[in-house]
Amino acid sequence: MSDVQQLIEAVNQADSADLLLKTVEDLAEATDQAAIPTLVEVLGFNNPGAAVAAVDGLIKIGDPVVPYLLKNLDSYNYGARAWATRVFAGIGDPAALDLLLKAAVSDFSQSVRRAAAKGLGSIIWSKLPAEEVITAQQKVLKTLLLATEDGEWVVRYAAVVGLEALGNTLAISQPKLVSEIINKFQALIISEPEAAIQARIKYAINNGQLLTDN
Amino acid sequence: MKDEPKNEAEQLTVEQAIANLKQKEDLGKRYYAAWWLGKFRVRETEAIAALLMALEDEQDRAPDGGYPLRRNAARALGKLGDKNAVEPLTRCLEFPDFYVREAAAQALEMLHDRQCIPSLIKLLDGGVAAATRVTGKPHLVQPYEAVIEALGTLGATGAVDLIEPFTQHPTEKVKYAAARAMYQLTKEDRYGEMLIRALSGDDLQLRRSALMDLGAVGYLKASQAIADTLAENSMKLIALKGLLETNLDNQDPEISTQSINIMNLMDSLL
Repeated sequence: MSDVQQLIEAVNQADSADLLLKTVEDLAEATDQAAIPTLVEVLGFNNPGAAVAAVDGLIKIGDPVVPYLLKNLDSYNYGARAWATRVFAGIGDPAALDLLLKAAVSDFSQSVRRAAAKGLGSIIWSKLPAEEVITAQQKVLKTLLLATEDGEWVVRYAAVVGLEALGNTLAISQPKLVSEIINKFQALIISEPEAAIQARIKYAINNGQLLTDN
Repeated sequence: MKDEPKNEAEQLTVEQAIANLKQKEDLGKRYYAAWWLGKFRVRETEAIAALLMALEDEQDRAPDGGYPLRRNAARALGKLGDKNAVEPLTRCLEFPDFYVREAAAQALEMLHDRQCIPSLIKLLDGGVAAATRVTGKPHLVQPYEAVIEALGTLGATGAVDLIEPFTQHPTEKVKYAAARAMYQLTKEDRYGEMLIRALSGDDLQLRRSALMDLGAVGYLKASQAIADTLAENSMKLIALKGLLETNLDNQDPEISTQSINIMNLMDSLL
C-alpha cells in the first residue's frame, strides 16, 4: 500500500470523532489527488472539525478537485453542500462559477448562500477565456448586489466581503463596476440594520483601494 | 425548536390565532396559537390579553401534571416585549410546574424589567446544596440555568454572592450559566476564561452553548478561541458577531484594530 492509501485506510478505520479529525488532518496534509474522494466524503459527516480539515486539504489540492466535486455534490445534505461551497470558494476556479451564482441567491441553506457569496468575490479571472470575463464579472456583481438584500445577516455580511474582493480585482479593468459597488456600500451604511455589517462596510471602504481608485 | 409544533403547517391570520387561543374546545389549536403569536411577534393588545389569560389556564394538562398552554403562553409573552406581562410572569415563578417556571424565567430575561429580580433570587434558596435532581424527573429542583442567566442579563449585581457557588455545580449547563452571569455582573476575566475552557470540551452541545454564551456576553479575549473551536462555522460567526457588537458599542465611530481582527476572523469562516 502506498503512503496515501495507508492514510485513506486510517480515515476509513477511524471509530471516534477525535480519531477521524486526526486521520483527516494527516490525509489533508499529504496534498495528494488520490485523497480527493475520501476528503469529499468527509464533508458529509456531521463532524465540523474533520470537515474543516478536509476543506483545507481539498483547497490545497486545488483545481483537480473541482470537476470531481461538481459531479459528486450531495444535494440533500446541506451541511456537506456548505462545506463543498467553501472548497469552490477557496479554489476560485471559474468552472464552479455557475454553481456559485445560483447558490448565492437561491440555495435553501443560509450556510450555502453565505459560502457562495464569499466565493464569488474570489474567482481567479485569469483562468477564464478573456472574452468571457467582462460578462461573467457583471453577472457576479449583479448576484452579489442582490445578496446584500438577503433575509439572513450572515449572507449579507458575506455579500459585502464578496463585493469588496470583487471591487479590488475590478479596480483597473472595470472602474464603472467599482463605482456601482461603492454606491451600494454608501446606501447600505444607511439602510443596513446590523451594526456588525455596517462596520464591515466601513472597513471595506476605509481599507480597500475602492475609494482612492474612484 | 423544542416549542415548535411539528405537524401544523396551518397558516393563521392574527384574528384567527387570537380566536383560536380564546376558544376552549380544541386544546391543540390553543397551544399552537399561543406559539404562533410569539413566533410572529403579534404585539396587539388583544393578543397580549389572550396570552395573559392562557397563563392562568387550568384545562390543558399534560400526563406529567404540567401545563403545556401556560408554558407556551409564557414563552410567547417573553418575545412580545409587553411590560404588562412582567407581574403575571413573576407570579409564574412560584408555580408548581417546573417548565412553567423555566419558561417564565426565560421570558422575564427577555423583557428586561428588573422588578422580578427578588423573585428570581428566591429560586436560588438553599444554594448549590439544594440544587439537586428531582427523583424520577429529568431536571433539577429549580430551572437554575434559566434563572441564573436571567439574573446575569438583568444586571442583578446584588445576587453575585448567591450565583458564584453555582460555577462549581456538577451540572455543566448550570455551571456555565453561572460563569456567563458572573462575567456579565463582574466583568472578571476568570469567568470568561471558564467559558473559553468549555470551547475545548468533549461535548459538541456544550461547545455550541459556550459559543453562544461568549457571543452574548461579548468576551473580547475569546475571539481566536471561538474561531478555533470544533463546531459549525455558522455558530462561530454568530458568536464573533456578538463580540464585534460589544466592541462597537464601547468605542467611537472609528473602527478599532480589535474590531478589524474580529472581522478578519469572521471573513475566514464564511
